[in-house]
Amino acid sequence: MDVRSQIAMVFHLDKCIGCHTCSIACKNIWTDRKGAEYMWWNNVETKPGTGYPTKWEDQEIYKGGWEKRNGKINLKGAGKRRGLTNIFYNPNLPVIDDYYEPFTYKYLDLIESPAGDDQPTARPVSLITGEPIDIKMGPNWDDDLGGSPDFARNDPNLKGISPEEQEVMFQLEKMAMFYLPRICNHCLNPACVASCPSGAIYKRGEDGIVLINQTVCRAWRMCVTACPYKKSYYNWHTGKSEKCILCYPRIEAGLAPACMHSCVGRIRYLGVLLYDADKIEPAASADDKDLINSQLDVILDPFDPAVIRAAKMNGIADSTIHAAQFSPTYKFVKKWKLALPLHPEFRTLPMLFYVPPLLPVMATVKKVDNTEQQEKMHPAAKKWEDNWLYDTSTKELWGTLDQIRFPLKYIASLFSAGDEELIKEKWRKLMAVRIHRRKVTVGDISDEKVKETLHDAGMTAEIADEIYALTSLPKFEERFVIPAAHREQAIEMMDFTGDTKGETGFGIKGKIRRGI
Amino acid sequence: MNALNNFFLIALPYIALAVFLVGSIYRYKYKGFQFSSLSSQFLEGRKLFYGSLPFHWGVLFLFVGHLTAFLFPRSVLAWNSEPLRLMILEITAFIFGISMLIGLVNLLVRRYSTPRLKFVTNKMDLVIYLLLIFQTFMGLWIAYNFRWGSSWFSTLLTPYLYSIFTLQPDTSAVSLLPWPVKLHIIGAFTIIGIIPFSRLVHFLVPPFNYAWRPFQQVMWYWSKRKIRSPRTPWSVQRPKNN
Ligand code: SF4
Ligand code: SF4
Repeated sequence: MDVRSQIAMVFHLDKCIGCHTCSIACKNIWTDRKGAEYMWWNNVETKPGTGYPTKWEDQEIYKGGWEKRNGKINLKGAGKRRGLTNIFYNPNLPVIDDYYEPFTYKYLDLIESPAGDDQPTARPVSLITGEPIDIKMGPNWDDDLGGSPDFARNDPNLKGISPEEQEVMFQLEKMAMFYLPRICNHCLNPACVASCPSGAIYKRGEDGIVLINQTVCRAWRMCVTACPYKKSYYNWHTGKSEKCILCYPRIEAGLAPACMHSCVGRIRYLGVLLYDADKIEPAASADDKDLINSQLDVILDPFDPAVIRAAKMNGIADSTIHAAQFSPTYKFVKKWKLALPLHPEFRTLPMLFYVPPLLPVMATVKKVDNTEQQEKMHPAAKKWEDNWLYDTSTKELWGTLDQIRFPLKYIASLFSAGDEELIKEKWRKLMAVRIHRRKVTVGDISDEKVKETLHDAGMTAEIADEIYALTSLPKFEERFVIPAAHREQAIEMMDFTGDTKGETGFGIKGKIRRGI
Repeated sequence: MNALNNFFLIALPYIALAVFLVGSIYRYKYKGFQFSSLSSQFLEGRKLFYGSLPFHWGVLFLFVGHLTAFLFPRSVLAWNSEPLRLMILEITAFIFGISMLIGLVNLLVRRYSTPRLKFVTNKMDLVIYLLLIFQTFMGLWIAYNFRWGSSWFSTLLTPYLYSIFTLQPDTSAVSLLPWPVKLHIIGAFTIIGIIPFSRLVHFLVPPFNYAWRPFQQVMWYWSKRKIRSPRTPWSVQRPKNN
């Protein structure tokens, strides 16, 4: 057992309101620079949708992640042989148009235009060339299902969903959606690290944050291909790749990353997971159907005395072990088993977990005969020709799982590598919590009914209350349990800190010029 | 004439080599952030295919070829002792040279015909393109007009280069060579001297290590195991500053 600690995250999708505050917080701090304008280390997508970059989930196009062949895993579009032979021209590299051409507006024209007959306008200009452009794409162009025929319909997760089912999904009266905020997953088996020919990318041993060393990166651009989540970006100006750094300067000080701190829906949780590094390889090469279980298996119980002993032997600080015991991530992922990784089939063992969304899927759709109703209507009244009824007046308080508006397959394709039972299990739990709380607060549900639901979900009333408390009422310190790094000790042991005072700091202080 | 020869065949090589060594080391050590191939594939990915691939494979083959002729002249001569083998070598090298030239021209055209690339191109890029095109063209010219280069390189140029590297410059043989060959030599040393000031530095850091390193890399800020071993309280190692 080789115990290490990882800062891991949970995003509760039922709570995301799609406000993009997280993206803006990140952009303002880290990517508001030339060459990085198009990068959104944090972005929020509407699902169903094609996402950013367009159709990033379709690995037939982007060749990201790992694939398993003959029991061994290898990188799909990069790796040793491909990485070295494709170094002069990477056939699997997305280009800027797959993201979008960054733009701004000529606001100054509004103020400085001479008097005339027309209102001055602020024309959009490209942030690369400075020339006026017609904006065709943006990082969230399909927000709230905008332009569905072009975007939502092309969602790679719709593969394997029958045309009839898709029709049902996209009828205007029945359409449902949810938001999917994404950042780098700081994976346990990161494809970006594995693909970097110059070895510039590394995972930090202390907290598992994955970083790119900017002085070692040589623009071989293999990480962009290899990351299946397209969360490693190429800076076209500096000629270096960049990615989410999980605000490590804040994490080291025990603060929450900017996106999480600013999250309006308070959907984000962050805490320590202790994991067994020896189990990473077997877990990443497990069979498709065992993927989730073997991934959860890598995560260790922070209360187990053997784990604590091994952790101490590995030099993990007591404060970190303590934080692991109070980690909201551990509760959601391991204790309650409510959260799932996004696209586990990419085999990078992401350390960002999602509680699958329940709310948008629970209204019911029925096929009914509307003819009688329609005949009664005034001839001038607007009528719908179809015979669907969007029904919220279910006999069961929450409808039943089989009447959901999203095909189960769709959610399963996102979060469980196609395992529908697993998604049902999470939903049953989420529903049981709601039904239990409904009884407590309103009291219009019978005890038997509540007992039965809790039993079905394999939960007790106490656990349901705990889940409720951490979902709906958590304080800031409960959402973010971050042990500060103990670098002060390390530094003091190596150097007299006074000698280097004023020398440290991070970021690039010199002026960036391309070429020399 | 002699002064000119001495300048271009002795002084220039030494200046170029010195600038190359000092400049590259300095840039690597103190300007590490500027060590990059500055790929522009992200802004333009289609035309690059017809430029970068023929150029890079061509230059790779020819670089290794020149290096072999310099390091193992006798092996090259032995290989060339059979006319058929000589032809094979010469023709292959010529094809790679053409491929390099085509690649370079495509790259140059691509740079100046794609609006976006204008914003990631600097003057040094143009200088390199022109120098390399000139160099490749001279190489092809020499290969065609002064046959067979692979053989006389080993007998004439290898001793000259050897004399340069052993600090006993001897230009008696090369100074008699025709002017295109001299231009090729001058071009070569100019390119070497320009390396630290251009994106060419990326060829100094080929990622060969990737072939045998393990896929995953974990880095520790310091050895926690040592410092925080529960058996030895960390305060035993007293900080130096108090
Ligand atoms: S999400 Fe992508 S960039 Fe982030 S660690 Fe995983 S493979 Fe690397
Ligand atoms: S800030 Fe929070 S609620 Fe708003 S979009 Fe981001 S994740 Fe969702």
